[in-house]
Amino acid sequence: MRHSPLTLLTLARIRLFWREPSAVFWSFGFPILLSVALGIAFRNRPPEPVRAAVQEGPGAAELVKALSQGEVQARLMDQADADTALRVGKVAIVVCPGSPRGYEFDPTRPESRLARVVVDDVLQRAEGRVDVSKAVDHPVTAVGSRYIDFLVPGLLGVNIMSAGMWGIGYVIVETRTRKLLKRMVATPMRRSHFLLSFILMRLVFLVLEVPVLLGFAWLAFGVAVRGSFLLVGALSLLGALAFAGIGLLVASRAQNTQTVGGLINLVMMPMFIGSGVFFSAENFPQAIQPFLKALPLTALNDSLRAVMNEGAGMMAVAPQAAILTAMSLVSFGLALRFFRWT
Amino acid sequence: MTSPLAIDCRNLVKRYPPDVLAVDGLELKIHRGECFGLLGPNGAGKTTTVEILEGLLPPTSGEVEVLGRRWDHDSVELRSRLGITLQQTYLPERLTVEETLALFRSFYTRGRSPQDVMKLVSLEDKRQSWFERLSGGQKQRLAVACALVGDPELLFLDEPTTGLDPQSRRQLWEIVAGLKAEGRTVLLTTHYMDEAEKLCDRVAIVDKGKVIALGTPRELISRVVGREIVEFAALSEGLAETELTGLDGVQAARKVADGWALTVDKVHVAVPALLATLESRNVGLQRLSTHSPTLEDVFVTLTGRNLRD
Repeated sequence: MRHSPLTLLTLARIRLFWREPSAVFWSFGFPILLSVALGIAFRNRPPEPVRAAVQEGPGAAELVKALSQGEVQARLMDQADADTALRVGKVAIVVCPGSPRGYEFDPTRPESRLARVVVDDVLQRAEGRVDVSKAVDHPVTAVGSRYIDFLVPGLLGVNIMSAGMWGIGYVIVETRTRKLLKRMVATPMRRSHFLLSFILMRLVFLVLEVPVLLGFAWLAFGVAVRGSFLLVGALSLLGALAFAGIGLLVASRAQNTQTVGGLINLVMMPMFIGSGVFFSAENFPQAIQPFLKALPLTALNDSLRAVMNEGAGMMAVAPQAAILTAMSLVSFGLALRFFRWT
Repeated sequence: MTSPLAIDCRNLVKRYPPDVLAVDGLELKIHRGECFGLLGPNGAGKTTTVEILEGLLPPTSGEVEVLGRRWDHDSVELRSRLGITLQQTYLPERLTVEETLALFRSFYTRGRSPQDVMKLVSLEDKRQSWFERLSGGQKQRLAVACALVGDPELLFLDEPTTGLDPQSRRQLWEIVAGLKAEGRTVLLTTHYMDEAEKLCDRVAIVDKGKVIALGTPRELISRVVGREIVEFAALSEGLAETELTGLDGVQAARKVADGWALTVDKVHVAVPALLATLESRNVGLQRLSTHSPTLEDVFVTLTGRNLRD
């Protein structure tokens, strides 16, 4: 009995991936390990106390006492020790007794600016200042606003990117280097079937990768999908197609695996840094934001985050979906045009 | 309109800029049903020629007809009528013998079943083994099996036994002999003379991108070399070539590493004459041997070089 060549080619791709333990680890184990490690490193902790030094001098002991009653860790130090402690970050502020009181702190450090406000507030109240109006605090830690909530969509995006680039780009060049491509082209095999089998293989694994990573993040960290699961799936699919196309494109001419490895890193590195995987891309200057927004990984990460954390709907992520679609079409078109078969 | 020729190739040239001329006006006519050998040293242009005939490489110029068809018009049809093995075989490392054959079979609309060809190349015991776990000979047999699943009329085998142990080579020879018996046309390249003599109906000796001799192995040997080779070495014999060729029954003489090689048509006449000459000069023999000439001798005679130089 004869099976369809496309089915058998795709099956062969799936088997070859599955029989390569390191490939399986990189696409399933690694993102989970990374989310565990980063989830632990950046877990939410109780608020840090403000740490202050009080320089020795008349009235210093009273200041320490007043501060300690108001949730500030204050220590008495001589001038040299206090300066060192401030410089190395052991304390966020140095209080110099006298009239007027002096505050030494580094205004470019957020925790120093915070310490300045808290310390002054505590001391003013201790001296009898009365609040003009009353306010009540309602502490909130919202699911969807933690670091792990930011991280998981980014890891999913990176995973889709590397799987496409390495799983398609690298493997195709390896096939070409080992003359297997030549051997297959010498049969009546349809070339489109060969390329399509890689894309189908990616889609099959996508169906496994997305639930595994999201399921793990939900069980371990309570990371939830606020928007539609279907939309997350659709965006992952568009992302997978875009990176499959880029993977094909980098593989279209390369004659050896070193070349394609270099190309893949060249393509992926800017996106690792600039597409908001581990930290928000908003940190980069305004001038390069349009460029960053056009990167396929930025489009994928931003849209996944919007759906998962903010519950965004289809219309809200349409621009990103358009970028991913355009990227797929352009990269497939170019790859087919330039592909080196023999 | 079936052409009697399986391969007709005229004035084939392949140039790699800037200055490599891999194939230099090569002519080849291969009949249907014959097993044809392309012989030559490494770098003679055998693989380039074969890859052009297989439609994997465009020629710089020249005419190529395969099974009466041309690659630029009928490549799809041709692909389904050919079976090939490349010089080195790399099939997917972690597919089993059976999976690999089923995959290749799926590319052809008609052909033989994977079970069939597995049996033909004696790999039934290995059907569940990954390619990477096969021995060199088994890998090569699987490569041949992949070339057979499409039930090809014409087979290209590029150095099918290079690097194999003697037993694996003989196993492959049997397979090729079987294919020939089934009436398939086989074109094989090799630099093993014994392989060509054993398998090929006709051979072409290729050197520097050209065919320098063509014929059946027997024909070539008797035409180019002669009936028998006598090799001898003697201490300070001081013999000249003309003296040796003047001996009864000697057709040609040439200097080899430590002595002489004579091409003779009558050993029983030539050897006594040689011994008499040496006797008269009072020169003692160090070594004397005779052997039937091989294609190796043909090549050396034609080019003055050894095949594996």
